[in-house]
Amino acid sequence: MPKTALDAPQVISMLQEVCQAIIAAEPLLTDADRALGDGDHGLGMQRGMTAALEKLGALDPESTGIDKAFSTVGMAMMSTMGGASGALFGTLFRNGGKAIAGNSHFGTAELAELLKVGLEGVMSRGGAKPGDKTMIDALHPAAEKALQEAAAGSPFAEAINAVAAAGEAGRDASENLIATMGRAKTLGEKSLGKPDAGACSVAIILRTMAEFSAK
Amino acid sequence: MKKLINDPLNVANELVEGLVDAYNGEAVHVGARSLVLKNIQDGKVALLVGGGSGHEPIYHGLVGRNLADGAACGDIFAAPPPDIVFEATQAVHRGKGVLYLYGNYAGDVMNFDIGSELADEEGIPVKTVLIWDDVASAPPTEKHKRRGIAGLVPVVKLAGAASQTATSLDSLEATARKAVLQTRSVGVALAPGAIPATGKPTFDLEEDKIGLGMGIHGEQGVAELPMQTADDLTPMMLNLIFEDFEKDAEVAPLSAGDEIVFFVNSLGATTMMECLICLRKARQFLTERGLIIHDVIVGPLVTCQEMAGISFSITRLDEELKPLWDMPCQSFCYSKMAGSWGA
Repeated sequence: MPKTALDAPQVISMLQEVCQAIIAAEPLLTDADRALGDGDHGLGMQRGMTAALEKLGALDPESTGIDKAFSTVGMAMMSTMGGASGALFGTLFRNGGKAIAGNSHFGTAELAELLKVGLEGVMSRGGAKPGDKTMIDALHPAAEKALQEAAAGSPFAEAINAVAAAGEAGRDASENLIATMGRAKTLGEKSLGKPDAGACSVAIILRTMAEFSAK
Repeated sequence: MKKLINDPLNVANELVEGLVDAYNGEAVHVGARSLVLKNIQDGKVALLVGGGSGHEPIYHGLVGRNLADGAACGDIFAAPPPDIVFEATQAVHRGKGVLYLYGNYAGDVMNFDIGSELADEEGIPVKTVLIWDDVASAPPTEKHKRRGIAGLVPVVKLAGAASQTATSLDSLEATARKAVLQTRSVGVALAPGAIPATGKPTFDLEEDKIGLGMGIHGEQGVAELPMQTADDLTPMMLNLIFEDFEKDAEVAPLSAGDEIVFFVNSLGATTMMECLICLRKARQFLTERGLIIHDVIVGPLVTCQEMAGISFSITRLDEELKPLWDMPCQSFCYSKMAGSWGA
């Protein structure tokens, strides 16, 4: 039965599924990054999410706030991944988590707030903007969609499904962008025709959250 | 490429353990992967450096007396994660704040910035000065896009000396900024090094070509040129530094009577013989222009495994920087007695 809002134990379970989905997607992410970057995105995400899974397992579901569950993932990714992607995905979860501190449930409004603040954090940390062929090209449309859904007061399971779809559309659209940041920027037009690896990770994270919420 | 290592994924940890052994008690291993001086005076403004491993003897080798108080060490060619930066920050802090001084690379900036936010939450004041000495990596109007290369050695030397007497974090920051502004480098790549985990080259470069201004990880430079002699290449490289001082509105042009520190760095495989042959030509070029070489550094201090290549760095001294340069210092990477050779 679709969920109306998640309590802290459910948020922890959802994030554990997110970790497992990214770990399983390592070959796909590695291939995506090998085409454009230095090929370390998949292994980095796998390392970060493996550490996050362990940290989530150590949390007490009854006494952990929903914000802490997200920021735990963020800190684990930052600590173990290193480099730019550790800092950026870590910032997404850490800043996003902090933004919903004090809330007892994760619903449409919290989803919108988490993505909005997470996106702002990623943009100010990395200096990229929409259209630069980065993770932001999936995250930005997803955050916009989440804000619309929150304004319309959409039920949570429906809203997160629409947000995941917006992220996937953004990932697909990144194929038609020319990279201007990171190592891929030296490829110029050769970067056309392939999606950004970071955008692929964002799409997987959101889709897994939506699938958990639909169950 | 044959490398004398153990588990390729554990290279960074093992090299830092070895570095601690080389320090023989003078510096200790802190947290996950930081190196910190054993004795740091109370009330001292602390100086923290850091960056990816694999470029030894920098960055961690610059921990030392009258140099950096600590270093946050990343994995091979990767920025240290924020919690390592934070652990190092806590370990060097003596009540007056911590200056972060490191090369301008996106991953380093993001991770050190998060480290400084964690420090801020604990009430430790942190300021950051980025080193961006590579004139080939962006024009003078876009210094924020420049990479930090070998110039970090003279910059950390000067900031380390300044940190001994600095009365505030702000004053140390100002001196470090001046040292960065007056330090400019240009490099040339002859052949790539090999990534320890994979054995693969860090970049591709044809056998008969050299990469003028190419970064130490193979980042794009000014031009790919046919292989040259030392005497042809040296003036070409030095001219780029002179032009940069001239074009940059923030500094005066290099002119007769200026006192400089001149640093010839090998990227790893380039031999001391080659460095000396280039130094000989460089001194001719510099003295013809009336520059006074106050001190010289020669050697493989900023490396990228067995990468072949060389870089030149010029640091212009003034009445504030010269006495700082003349202070003695000692570390794994660079040591000197008081004063300067030839003075």
